[in-house]
Amino acid sequence: MNKPLNKMAVQATINGEPTAFLCSPGQVLADVLRDELELIGTKIGCNTGDCGACSVLVNDRLVCACLVLAAEVEGQAVQTIEGVAEGGVLHPVQHKLLEHAGLQCGICTPGVVIAAKALIEHNPNPTEEQARYWLAGNLCRCTGYDKIIRAVLDAAQQMREDAAV
Amino acid sequence: MSIQEFVAPHSLSEAKSLLADGAMASVLAGGTDLLVGVRLGTRSPERVVDLKKIPELTAISVDAEALHIGAAASAFSILHDSDVPSFFPGFAEALDLIGSTQIQGRCSAGGNLCNASPAADSIPALIANGAQCVITGPAGDHQMPVEDFVLGPSKNALKEGELLVALILPRPSSQTADAYLRLTPRTEMDIAVAGVGVSLTLDGEGTCTAARVSIGAVAPTALLVEAAGAALIGTQLEATAIEAAVAAAREAACPISDKRGTAEYRTHVVGVLVARAIAQAQARIVEASS
Repeated sequence: MNKPLNKMAVQATINGEPTAFLCSPGQVLADVLRDELELIGTKIGCNTGDCGACSVLVNDRLVCACLVLAAEVEGQAVQTIEGVAEGGVLHPVQHKLLEHAGLQCGICTPGVVIAAKALIEHNPNPTEEQARYWLAGNLCRCTGYDKIIRAVLDAAQQMREDAAV
Repeated sequence: MSIQEFVAPHSLSEAKSLLADGAMASVLAGGTDLLVGVRLGTRSPERVVDLKKIPELTAISVDAEALHIGAAASAFSILHDSDVPSFFPGFAEALDLIGSTQIQGRCSAGGNLCNASPAADSIPALIANGAQCVITGPAGDHQMPVEDFVLGPSKNALKEGELLVALILPRPSSQTADAYLRLTPRTEMDIAVAGVGVSLTLDGEGTCTAARVSIGAVAPTALLVEAAGAALIGTQLEATAIEAAVAAAREAACPISDKRGTAEYRTHVVGVLVARAIAQAQARIVEASS
């Protein structure tokens, strides 16, 4: 990695807050989130878009923050794991992951939460197969996935019930 | 990263001048190949030109003649925010096989084509559907069939300063359907051992009046197998016609052996997929007209 020669000023909305940051032209969003904005909930695993640990939403689109240049998010809305719980209340996906023991070491968990929440927003009633395909880009070396999938389907069911009330 | 400059032009003319002033420039659509290449040291652009703020590059539109897909439109947009899957279910399935949900949120059909991987899933589907590349550059605009655009692994026909703007797929009639099938060792997040795109047109009696068969991952580029299509035209897609198409595809295949399969295995599998893709495209036409 070369030393950055020039910095760009970028303005974006991050977890609902208007945010300005400086980045070098080749710096990826995952590095800016962690190193410049201290949002270290977004994890970096493979750094090549294979593992999903750095999953975030950019304009509601699920992406790997390691494969987005930070300069690309000028004027856009970024959602990270730090914006998922509201006022200290866990999101149903987070709650169900705890309840089903859908995490062990926790490195994949922020990405799983972001991806699963995006799935349920896209498709409130996913089948197990749809959930497994949607989450195929979130690698977990601890759980064997079954507990994650059960937690996500349970969270989707709870969110449907909550919405029906 | 080597990147010294990031620019996001709002017009094609701006983009063209940014690509033609001699800087070591790379265009950026989804970045799922470019940024991995930069990280691995195989790509070292000094200037990155983000194409996604240029309306023509992300627009998806349908008119009486054709579907126009901006080269930088993401797979997710094509699959979930456009009419493309209803016209081209096979092409849509090919895009849906690329990477993860996260990758599909960024990767583009234009990028998959320009990256020119022998195993790219969308390329055989584009070739089967007779897609054209819309190219702009210092010498003006021109079009080129997809099968002529890919010259070899990681090599495409773009000349210095040229840019792929869009893909044009002729609008299919109600008697035309496509299919794309691939084999991978795993169901997801894997690269094709072989892939097959087919587009068929049948008349009211079930006779095949047009057919295009394209095979992927079994040669340095995806191939249009004209002999396979010719073997189907004028037939009712009976077993002998399908066997002839399968034989033509196996004849055209010249795969390598690697960790995903031997050349013999790939040659066998590509034939199996040709037969299945023909059956699937045929079933789609029959279903649509019943």
